[in-house]
Amino acid sequence: MESKINRYSKQLILINSFFILAWLVVSVFPFIWTFWGSFKVKADFFSRADWMFAVTGVNTLIETGDTSTVKAYVESWTEGEFWKATMNTVIITVSVVTISLFLGTLGAYALSRSTYKYTFWILIAALIFRAMPHITLVSGYLFPFFQLNVWGILPTTIIVLVAINQPFTLWLLYSFFKTVPKELDESALIDGCSYFQAFRFVIMPVMWPGVVTAGLFSMMLAYNDFTVTSLLLNQQNYTMVPKINAYLGTIEHSGNYMWAVSSVVSATAPLFMIIMFFQRQLISGLTAGAVKG
Amino acid sequence: MPHRTFFWFFFPSGLAMLLFIGLPIISSFFQSLHIEPEQILMEVEKCDPFGCKTETKVDIEATTKLQEEQPLGRFNGLGTYGDRNHLAFEEIKEAWINSSSIAEFTDILLNLPFYKALLFTLTFCFAVTPPVVVLGFIVALSVNTITKSLKGPTIFGVILPMIVTPLIGSLVLFWMIDAKGILGSFIQFLFDDPNLSLKSSSQLTWITLIIYGIWHNTPFAFVVFYAALQTVPQDPIEAAIIDGASRYERVRHIVIPHLYPVATFIILICLMDNFRVLEPIIGFAAEGVAQSLSWMIYNDLRSENKMLFGSAGATSMLTIIGVAILLTPVLIRTWREFRTER
Repeated sequence: MESKINRYSKQLILINSFFILAWLVVSVFPFIWTFWGSFKVKADFFSRADWMFAVTGVNTLIETGDTSTVKAYVESWTEGEFWKATMNTVIITVSVVTISLFLGTLGAYALSRSTYKYTFWILIAALIFRAMPHITLVSGYLFPFFQLNVWGILPTTIIVLVAINQPFTLWLLYSFFKTVPKELDESALIDGCSYFQAFRFVIMPVMWPGVVTAGLFSMMLAYNDFTVTSLLLNQQNYTMVPKINAYLGTIEHSGNYMWAVSSVVSATAPLFMIIMFFQRQLISGLTAGAVKG
Repeated sequence: MPHRTFFWFFFPSGLAMLLFIGLPIISSFFQSLHIEPEQILMEVEKCDPFGCKTETKVDIEATTKLQEEQPLGRFNGLGTYGDRNHLAFEEIKEAWINSSSIAEFTDILLNLPFYKALLFTLTFCFAVTPPVVVLGFIVALSVNTITKSLKGPTIFGVILPMIVTPLIGSLVLFWMIDAKGILGSFIQFLFDDPNLSLKSSSQLTWITLIIYGIWHNTPFAFVVFYAALQTVPQDPIEAAIIDGASRYERVRHIVIPHLYPVATFIILICLMDNFRVLEPIIGFAAEGVAQSLSWMIYNDLRSENKMLFGSAGATSMLTIIGVAILLTPVLIRTWREFRTER
């Protein structure tokens, strides 16, 4: 809408700017507030007396001698073993992204190049699988996993998350591979390549934009997961999100409650940075792949 | 692509989905047909100087043995589906006979755990979706008009609520809305009631959860609408300007019709995603007044000493039926698209 005849009136621009600003406050302020509050003590952040305490840090000054403190961070990372949770999250996220992209690219490439009818039914099945609430799947896992004695460890959770992630990855990469011209790999096949060679040498060099987008979504799923990780891992192997929930269980202990606040900040900060970097891919994925399911 | 090649390309991915999505559904169903074994009781005669008494005690040895023999418990058929915690046929029948008015009957019905959870889940779904679509559309229209250099950062800010996991998102809001938080104190000040808290009544908690749902889901609607806005054809808009249509008329008669299919898509995805609402309930610590179907399953599986596999399985099956109903329109839509593609 950049054409000259379509100018915006001054009032419209004004109203619009106000609206956008207001909306930005609604969506961003909670995070800024939590970030700010994570450097205070509980008596300030959850102040009964006056909410301004959270800004000025009156009790923080009394308790620690300064208006802001990193006590909650230090304690949650050491005493609260948040470092362990972070490490588990990193292991799970990296493994899930790698494995699901590996499986997903192969599967989606085959789906996009096959002309038989069963591809349609596979995609429909994937759509149905995508819609399954994760908790219903978890209720199916627990009993067999207990019997097989594989409950509570990281590898099980990784495989489960990869599988849960496959339908979406397949759809996303399927729509991406559809946009890669068929002639490209067909000519490679004519030149005597096998399908795998065509995939390896012709498709792989051009598939990275799609893969980055799919990887981003896999990462968000693995990083953000609560349902699967909280029920399939034992306490020692908890990732960040269930760990934060575990801190909340001990509401009475005022120190622990601030652990949760500081951990929320520790957990969201890296995610925001990654998204800031890959925002364009995220949006292209949401509009291309997500449109299908 | 020949069948063989296709098979080998697709095999790993297909196997993963089959084993960890297909099988669990079957396993869930199988579990739902069983019920936890009853504890075996035994009578023990206890004698002391004042005489002998018989006591009933749990025979721990026999119970453990039985549990080892049948880890899943005994076969119960569809019994779990009909019990008080699920479809509660008995209770409904009784309530129907005994209650004098429809209102009383609904009251009893909605106090049964399953129907209570169903009511909340559906209320949440259908209360969150319409505002999400409307707000997402308005935000998209408005972001679309701002200067190009500001667009990137603005979009980043707008999509933040969607990026964080629901648990963290709800906690961040909860800490502000809490009676001791900044918004909570502001609301108390506004209504001049120092005891007012969003947790004080179930209606208020429900409203808080719904507000959270809108906050979390609007960015998704925004992103999809925003992308769709880029594809609106420019020629009819320019023609409309020349014909003297106002901005409102242009949006109403050109942009909105163009976005209809996108809107239905957003509505369906929103309904489906919100049907599984679980984390906000935990984040807002609202278990007491707001239970969803997913939360019922979570609760059955969470207890450390005794997991209720049968009950969780039955609720899972009922949830899947609910999802299937919501999913049908999406499937029909995909099927049509595929048809036209070929």
